[in-house]
Amino acid sequence: MDNRGIEFGYGFLNQESSFDVQFSLIEYDGSHSYARAYLVGLLNTLLVAFLGIIISTIIGVVVGIARLSPNYLIERAAAFYVEFFRNIPLLLQIFFWYFAALRALPLPQDSEAMFGVFYLTIKGFFMPRFIWDNLDVLFYSIIAVIISIIVIRNYAKKLQENQGKQLPVFSISIALLIVLPLLTFLFGGVSLSFELPVLKQLSTTSYVYKGGLGIPPELIALTLALALYTATFIAECVRAGIQGISKGQKEAAASIGLTPNQVLKLVIMPQALRIIIPPTTNQYLNLTKNSSLAAAIAYPDLVLVFAGTALMQTGRAIEIVSITMFTYLSISLSISLLMNWYNKKIAIKEK
Amino acid sequence: MFKYLKQLTSFIAMVAVLFAFTTEAMAKKSKTLKNTQKKGFVRCGVSQGLPGFSNADASGNWTGVDVDVCRAVAAAVLGDANKVKFTPLSAKERFTALTSGEIDILSRNTTWTLSRDADIGLTFVGVNFYDGQGFMVRKSSGITSTSQFKNGISACTNIGTTTELNMRDFFNSKGISYEPVAFEKADEVVAAYDSGRCDTYTTDKSGLAAQRTKMQNPDEHIVLPETISKEPLGPVVRQGDSVWEDIVRWSLNVMIEAEEYGITSGNADSMKTSENPAIKRLVGAEGELGAAFGLDNDWSLRIIKQVGNYGESYKRNIADTGILPDRGPNQLWTKGGILYVPPAR
Repeated sequence: MDNRGIEFGYGFLNQESSFDVQFSLIEYDGSHSYARAYLVGLLNTLLVAFLGIIISTIIGVVVGIARLSPNYLIERAAAFYVEFFRNIPLLLQIFFWYFAALRALPLPQDSEAMFGVFYLTIKGFFMPRFIWDNLDVLFYSIIAVIISIIVIRNYAKKLQENQGKQLPVFSISIALLIVLPLLTFLFGGVSLSFELPVLKQLSTTSYVYKGGLGIPPELIALTLALALYTATFIAECVRAGIQGISKGQKEAAASIGLTPNQVLKLVIMPQALRIIIPPTTNQYLNLTKNSSLAAAIAYPDLVLVFAGTALMQTGRAIEIVSITMFTYLSISLSISLLMNWYNKKIAIKEK
Repeated sequence: MFKYLKQLTSFIAMVAVLFAFTTEAMAKKSKTLKNTQKKGFVRCGVSQGLPGFSNADASGNWTGVDVDVCRAVAAAVLGDANKVKFTPLSAKERFTALTSGEIDILSRNTTWTLSRDADIGLTFVGVNFYDGQGFMVRKSSGITSTSQFKNGISACTNIGTTTELNMRDFFNSKGISYEPVAFEKADEVVAAYDSGRCDTYTTDKSGLAAQRTKMQNPDEHIVLPETISKEPLGPVVRQGDSVWEDIVRWSLNVMIEAEEYGITSGNADSMKTSENPAIKRLVGAEGELGAAFGLDNDWSLRIIKQVGNYGESYKRNIADTGILPDRGPNQLWTKGGILYVPPAR
């Protein structure tokens, strides 16, 4: 490295970054340090990974179950979706959503409001921002609800084991979840108001929505592409998991009088999950790592902000690439650790 | 026993002295030059396609003023301007490619700044295009000056360039809030701006002029008159090989000085009989200029004959292609521009 005239050191992290980032979850502008820019990129990566994992899991489970549906149309539609989306390279899909699908969206001034307050435009998705008063009271009430639900569930479990009685736990939980926060609005001084996005003219032909909450189209395109792509693999994991349970289990459960819903919830799913979790963990890891393709469509993730702009401005290739690699490794290992813990929790407990 | 030992030490001393001499003689010759001559081609980093500067046609031939710098070096050190291997690089990859030794010259519309020159193991050898950052907007927007920019404007640009920094300085000094949308590749910046994602597209003005030709309807866009920064673009080499650095610097300088003295690819041979010693030096008829780099005396003549002088290169690549017909500051100092190079003597 001396030979090439390259210096080594991490001191640059404290220097002023002097570049701005389009979208960040924490307060940031060019007067902050490179370390802060790193954090901005990291949080944006975690955001898209988090959203992607949630959405892909929901779609994946629904499609996976749909593939086993006795209804021919549903089964075929699900199969088509899986085969179509998992066999096209992800980068192409990202480009499709960003450059083809989102380009078809209207300009801000031409967009029509959905439900009067949501605007989907080529410059992003704009919606009202929530402005809370006494948010902490609401927060405490929700914690109280969660604790009481856990207590009730444990009580219901004991009741069933001792006396065979069943409590409608689900209905009670929902009721609590609605009633208690509602009380805080009435008596706790909690109030909610909205800040609506307003159309603002920039020049003769260009407009933008100001105020409210704006979600950049880059985030929408990336999340959509990642979720739709990864969901196909998760759907296959779910299908494999359910098909991996022998038919006898289902028939035996039905024969002792369980309803189809109970069969799925109490007999099939607990066993299927053990098969589903490990390969799904892989898909979560893939999704997280694939999110680094964000650079292609200007979503400011870790690779674009830190291993892109920051690397260019400082020239510290070795330091920055090593930090970035270590960060992805840490994220992946954390997800893996969490999923392994969950897997262990639902594994068969041999006595 | 003692006698043998004495003989042995004197032998070792002799070898050491010899070794010292040879290494000193080798140090005179550039390592990069030696490697280039061994390989038989110059390794040159260029852009991924910027018309007028470095752009490949359908059959893979590279043209442009940046490309011509590499061709000039190839003509000087290898005798053939076509012996260049071009590596297209993104703005993000370019410096790493140079410092890691993947390329030996980076000639990719790169802005010369203090931090790049001093901090990251690079050396800028000169300026082959004086540029400045500007803004492009849609004609229909009615904007004719940057003073009409308003809060909330979104600006598309490339990552990893001085553009990102200048843009922040500019909008901050005007107190305008803006949304930077930064892409990795220029083609995607253009596509996003063209689709209406951004209100303005900002990069070096030469780049704006060149990219405008790639848009669906070039006539619907205008480049605003304001220039918000100084962008001296020039070739870059790795730090630590001063002979190679000199070769690249003087290959560029020869092209500019040749224009100053009216030497073109067409008349270079006949200039050998010129009365003017400065002209005679440039075409290798007088002096021993090449020896300082370890090259023969016709190195500069080959550059002029095979690549042409700076004016020819500019006309061929930038003026005749309609990108920037007016040379502006990139005119010789004798004709009102700021192109002024030290004398080759």
